[in-house]
Amino acid sequence: MNGAHDLGGMHGFGPVEPEPNEPVFHAEWEKRAFALTLAMAMPGRWNIDMSRFARENRPPAEYLSMSYYQIWFAALEQMLKERGLVGDDEIAAGHSLRPPKPVERILSPADVAKVLYRGGPTEREPRTAPAFKPGDKVRAKVMNPRTHTRLPRYARGHVGVIARVIGFHVFPDSNAIGAGEDPHWLYAVRFEGRELWGPQGDPRSSVSIDAWEPYLEPA
Amino acid sequence: MQLRVRALETVLTEKGYVDPAALDLLIETYETKIGPRNGARVVARAWVDADYRARLFRDATPAIAELGYAGRQGEHIVALENTPEVHNMVVCTLCSCYPWPVLGLPPVWYKSAPYRSRAVADPRGVLAEFGVTLPPETEIRVWDSTSEIRYLVVPMRPAGTDGWSEERLAALVTRDSMIGTGLPKSPADLTR
Repeated sequence: MNGAHDLGGMHGFGPVEPEPNEPVFHAEWEKRAFALTLAMAMPGRWNIDMSRFARENRPPAEYLSMSYYQIWFAALEQMLKERGLVGDDEIAAGHSLRPPKPVERILSPADVAKVLYRGGPTEREPRTAPAFKPGDKVRAKVMNPRTHTRLPRYARGHVGVIARVIGFHVFPDSNAIGAGEDPHWLYAVRFEGRELWGPQGDPRSSVSIDAWEPYLEPA
Repeated sequence: MQLRVRALETVLTEKGYVDPAALDLLIETYETKIGPRNGARVVARAWVDADYRARLFRDATPAIAELGYAGRQGEHIVALENTPEVHNMVVCTLCSCYPWPVLGLPPVWYKSAPYRSRAVADPRGVLAEFGVTLPPETEIRVWDSTSEIRYLVVPMRPAGTDGWSEERLAALVTRDSMIGTGLPKSPADLTR
């Protein structure tokens, strides 16, 4: 979707402001919102692409006015409600008002280290040969899906060069809408600064994106 | 927010969907165990051990796992080599992708609109705000983390560190130098 999350190249946000000696979390609720989000992925059975879409899929003004963990928390509540795991009345009451829906498994303290260490690899056994090789010129397709995509707007329609064939990876555009992993070849594609930004671009800079084969066409 | 989050945690706990002890452990892990000191050890090893360096740039994920770091948000890591000619810098314009096992959770500025909007279009301007001024002929390569690949910048080893141990070297490696928005400390910075 062409949401407010797709920020690359926008103007007007002001300078970057690093915080000296920044803590990992800035409030107790951030810690709990973070941990709840990680822990609920197991009983909730959603994938990372669904989570990303739940976060970005909100009105631009709302997205830009919320803090990072406010967005995480809003997406968590929404995914829980969509799956019937929690009701609005229960959130308002602050207590469970109905028996739980059966869930396959939950995250136990004994499993935390193991689950984090394993992570969620997205590389799959290739089923096709890659269409492109390093050095090939490619154009990022012009597309505007209303659903989740990882092709940023600033790259669409522009010509770049395949820098590396990364591997055969789960396709977020499909995985986010529950249509299966549908893995595709993934490439690092390098775009020159002037190609992306015209006269305002830095002639001694480039931007690489990771792009799945369906995002690309020969140029 | 405090009340809203607590209310939801109570509901989820009463339903048996979460174990609060697992939540405590997740928080403790990212507050105390997983952070940029991990990445600093990887970089320091690459500075002293040529074989390790070669393995790191060939396939970073197993090379980093040799030091015990792996997993969530670092399932597929690529190491980027800074040289006198090329400076690498990492961003995630679409959200906040960041190599957790080696750098921990991202700082607020990395997730913020100013950085995400400008890192791709004006990398030199952003670097200047971090106090980093590169020679104009240095090429800047920005990596937008749009997939599950996570990028780790390996900065250049500072001058004046010949014969230093890995541990001493690791103290020079800053978080920002592994994102590409900073440079490592110099030996003089340590004594300041």
